[in-house]
Amino acid sequence: MEYEAIIGLEVHVQLKTQTKLFCGCPIEYGALPNSRVCPICLGLPGALPSPNKQAIILTIQTGLMLGSEIASRGKFDRKNYFYPDMPKNYQISQYDQPLCKGGAVQLYPLAFPKDAQKDPQAQSRKKIRLVRIHLEEDVGKSFHFEDYSGIDFNRAGTPLMEIVSEADIRSPEEAFAYLTALRQILRYGNVSDCDMEKGQLRCDVNVSVKPIGEEKWGTKCEIKNLNSISAVRKALKYEIQRQIHTLQLGGEISQETLRWDDLKGQTFPMRTKEYAHDYRYFPDPDLLTILTEGELIEEAQKRIPELPEEKKQRLSQSYGLTEYQASVLAADPQLADYFEKAAAQSANKVSVANFLINDYLAVASESETTIPIPPEYFSELSNLVDQGKLHMKQAKEIVKLMVTEKKSPTLIVQEKGLGQITSLDTLDAICQEAIEANPKSVADYRSGKTAAINAIKGYVMKKTKGQANPQIVHELLEKKLNALG
Amino acid sequence: MNLFEYTISELRRLLRRKELSPTEVTEALFSRIAEVEPKINAYNYLNHERAIERAKTVHVDLPLGGIPIAIKDNINVRAEPCRCASKILEGYLAPYNATVIEKLTKAGAILVGRTNMDEFAMGSSTENSATGLTKNPWDLQRVPGGSSGGSAAAVASHEAFCALGSDTGGSIRQPASFCGCVGLKPTYGRVSRYGLTAFASSLDQIGPLTKTVEDAALLLEVISGFDPNDNTSEKMPVPRFSELLETLSLKNMVLGVPKEYFIEGIDGEVREAINKAIAHFESLGAKIEEVSLPHTPYAVATYYILATAEASANLARFDGIRYGRRAKHYEDLLDYYGKTRDEGFGSEVKRRILLGTYVLSSGYYDAYYLRALKVKEKIKQDFSSVFKKCQALLTPTSPFCAFRIGEKSNDPLQMYLADIFTIAVNLAGICGLSIPCGQSTEGLPIGLQIIGPAWKEEVILAIGHLYQKSTGWKPPIPPLGKNVIE
Ligand SMILES: [Zn+2]
Repeated sequence: MEYEAIIGLEVHVQLKTQTKLFCGCPIEYGALPNSRVCPICLGLPGALPSPNKQAIILTIQTGLMLGSEIASRGKFDRKNYFYPDMPKNYQISQYDQPLCKGGAVQLYPLAFPKDAQKDPQAQSRKKIRLVRIHLEEDVGKSFHFEDYSGIDFNRAGTPLMEIVSEADIRSPEEAFAYLTALRQILRYGNVSDCDMEKGQLRCDVNVSVKPIGEEKWGTKCEIKNLNSISAVRKALKYEIQRQIHTLQLGGEISQETLRWDDLKGQTFPMRTKEYAHDYRYFPDPDLLTILTEGELIEEAQKRIPELPEEKKQRLSQSYGLTEYQASVLAADPQLADYFEKAAAQSANKVSVANFLINDYLAVASESETTIPIPPEYFSELSNLVDQGKLHMKQAKEIVKLMVTEKKSPTLIVQEKGLGQITSLDTLDAICQEAIEANPKSVADYRSGKTAAINAIKGYVMKKTKGQANPQIVHELLEKKLNALG
Repeated sequence: MNLFEYTISELRRLLRRKELSPTEVTEALFSRIAEVEPKINAYNYLNHERAIERAKTVHVDLPLGGIPIAIKDNINVRAEPCRCASKILEGYLAPYNATVIEKLTKAGAILVGRTNMDEFAMGSSTENSATGLTKNPWDLQRVPGGSSGGSAAAVASHEAFCALGSDTGGSIRQPASFCGCVGLKPTYGRVSRYGLTAFASSLDQIGPLTKTVEDAALLLEVISGFDPNDNTSEKMPVPRFSELLETLSLKNMVLGVPKEYFIEGIDGEVREAINKAIAHFESLGAKIEEVSLPHTPYAVATYYILATAEASANLARFDGIRYGRRAKHYEDLLDYYGKTRDEGFGSEVKRRILLGTYVLSSGYYDAYYLRALKVKEKIKQDFSSVFKKCQALLTPTSPFCAFRIGEKSNDPLQMYLADIFTIAVNLAGICGLSIPCGQSTEGLPIGLQIIGPAWKEEVILAIGHLYQKSTGWKPPIPPLGKNVIE
């Protein structure tokens, strides 16, 4: 029996605000435990929340970027449950009136994992619909030591945006593509850095399976707190297999909350005790209704940049790039920006794109977020090639040197004595030498085997360490050989 | 006249003329406290030393320069205990000041100590306190009312010139009525709640307890105003309440008497005293009109649903993880929560948390909480339609005078009726003032409640002030100790 999977994602995104959601404490990763706290984020008696306007604007902006409907009124609710990390034992969240409803994330081939990009599924340009986007506060972090536990509340009160997808996702690869595409948009909008190592993007995954052809989906399991995009893919792969395997053996899937152990490569049930969850949501009486129309929506609108899809199309149209080239550049707004600066001064825009994509990105280190050299270096390089002063093989070498030595290509060419020899006098002498040194090839050529010229040419190239301009050498040799009469 | 008998306005005059020093005032008050406190137990924390230090440096030209004030135990004062009269907050020192404390400090007030209350402001008698009973200065066998019973008793017995209380369903007005002093519940949003340990966030409001209406106006002026730290505080201008007291005339003023507040079960002497007060206003030129607030019978039930729902969430933070008392013996986390809260909370608080948890739980939410929200709207509409016809309403503050200690404490439903006339004001978010308007034959104070529309404190204060001026009101000295419990 063939099975298929149905997947829904809840993504928690830490918003890029200076301060926490309901107080003025700074958001700082890695600060000394409990050094970025105040009576409000510690939930001390009498302390009251005051909403951070910036966080609301960023959430609305995200909704606008993803095509959601923005609620004219939003409210905050209390979600009640006891948890040591949570100062008030209720979390301020949004229950029945989220800031944004609906919307979608468009998948595209490059968003899929590399090994799946050729898959026809990756070419389908599927849209993953969203249920809602809302705003809530994060909790603190527990640390368990041998005989005691400690809690760091620095993270408590950090604004989290929760993006809930419809169960439109059908495979671990689509989940991967969804997260990649979503992260791209969030970074584009400067809404979040989405640094997964810093926990700025975390997700919960819901998954169930059913035999193909059957109507009803099986029991849903939730995998909590996945903290990398590849972990989501791996965990889903494992969990789908586990569920199918269980069903095939005649077993039943029980509804559980699971955690993923990346080292062991397995999912595990999170708690042994079963708690009936009744969060007893009700409107937080400390917070007024948020009226989004007017200032908040206007501010959000002002922040919306050109989005990845638009950028892709514009890049390919105005610079004559292939869809692939445009997609790679548009994947990173900074890279795209860099390209546009470099291309502005170059005669051959496509060659600039190629140098960036094929040569620079291949050697760039992962950790480097910005390209460490001015964009003019790339335009200079492509112009040197275009003007016949460098040939392609040399140019590719120069890209590496440009980055490691942070020098302009012209300077590198001068220093290394690179660059093509175009001087007719110099080349004439070497060509003469080549003809004299290769009597056999000269004879062959003269007897009609014109291809023999290549051997003579090879001599010149070898002698000049590849720097001779092949075009000029060819013309010179022909002239000389024919003149031998 | 003893120094401790002065009102704030009298003290202000004397302090500014340098006829008195803040230190003298403070010392006089502390000696009165030393004399009376053993009988009353109005305070659960006093800081003589800190008050004297402050008295030495405070500027008397400030609005409350050199005036000592008592603070209810649920309002946070930096570096002082804020126990809310609960075991669960044993050992907790507040690390910050409530906004009202900041304002009082800026205005030159001197903080004396913390007044006793019903645990977490839940109660109508100050019997639910982990720090012991407070007694009514008029009869030591009786309760001072609640939950701001400590504040009311302190002011009435002249152990304080003035005090702050908090009012969620009548917690300032009812004890003011039982003790014979003035208590004001301001409009919701008038006074910042930042730093007030929440009972029911949508109903709580800090307000003054004083000897005279004039003093209440002075205090309100200082503590009011928009606070960016309280999302529910309103950007409304603060009128100069103390200067507006004399500007009001009762000529052409219509005062409403809601018929639902004169039901059966109201004490005969209370009814008589209120009627007398109403007649007095009429003699001063006011037009008295009977009005109807038809949803009044639902106020108590609505209140207990909304207030307990909010309280169940507000009190969840007291879990022994970060501060306060914690259970010593437990098995796991859940057991730790359970034992800490079981040992820390008193029975009334537990009762209300359970009730609130119940009304919010799935399956009951619509039937209770949502319906209560709708009734709250109706009650609000009742008031706004009545306030189209009249400028203020006159009602009893409580259907009866102070009851005996223990008399109602085993019957929570009976106890809940002690706030029956004050609760609707909180649900509607409007303002209410209780002033003394007579005494029972047993010598117990009777309170008149003057209810005003939202943001019209100047009107009810002026009406109250006119009453006190025209009747020649002087803050009396209660007998204290005719009936000491052995
Ligand atoms: Zn904070």
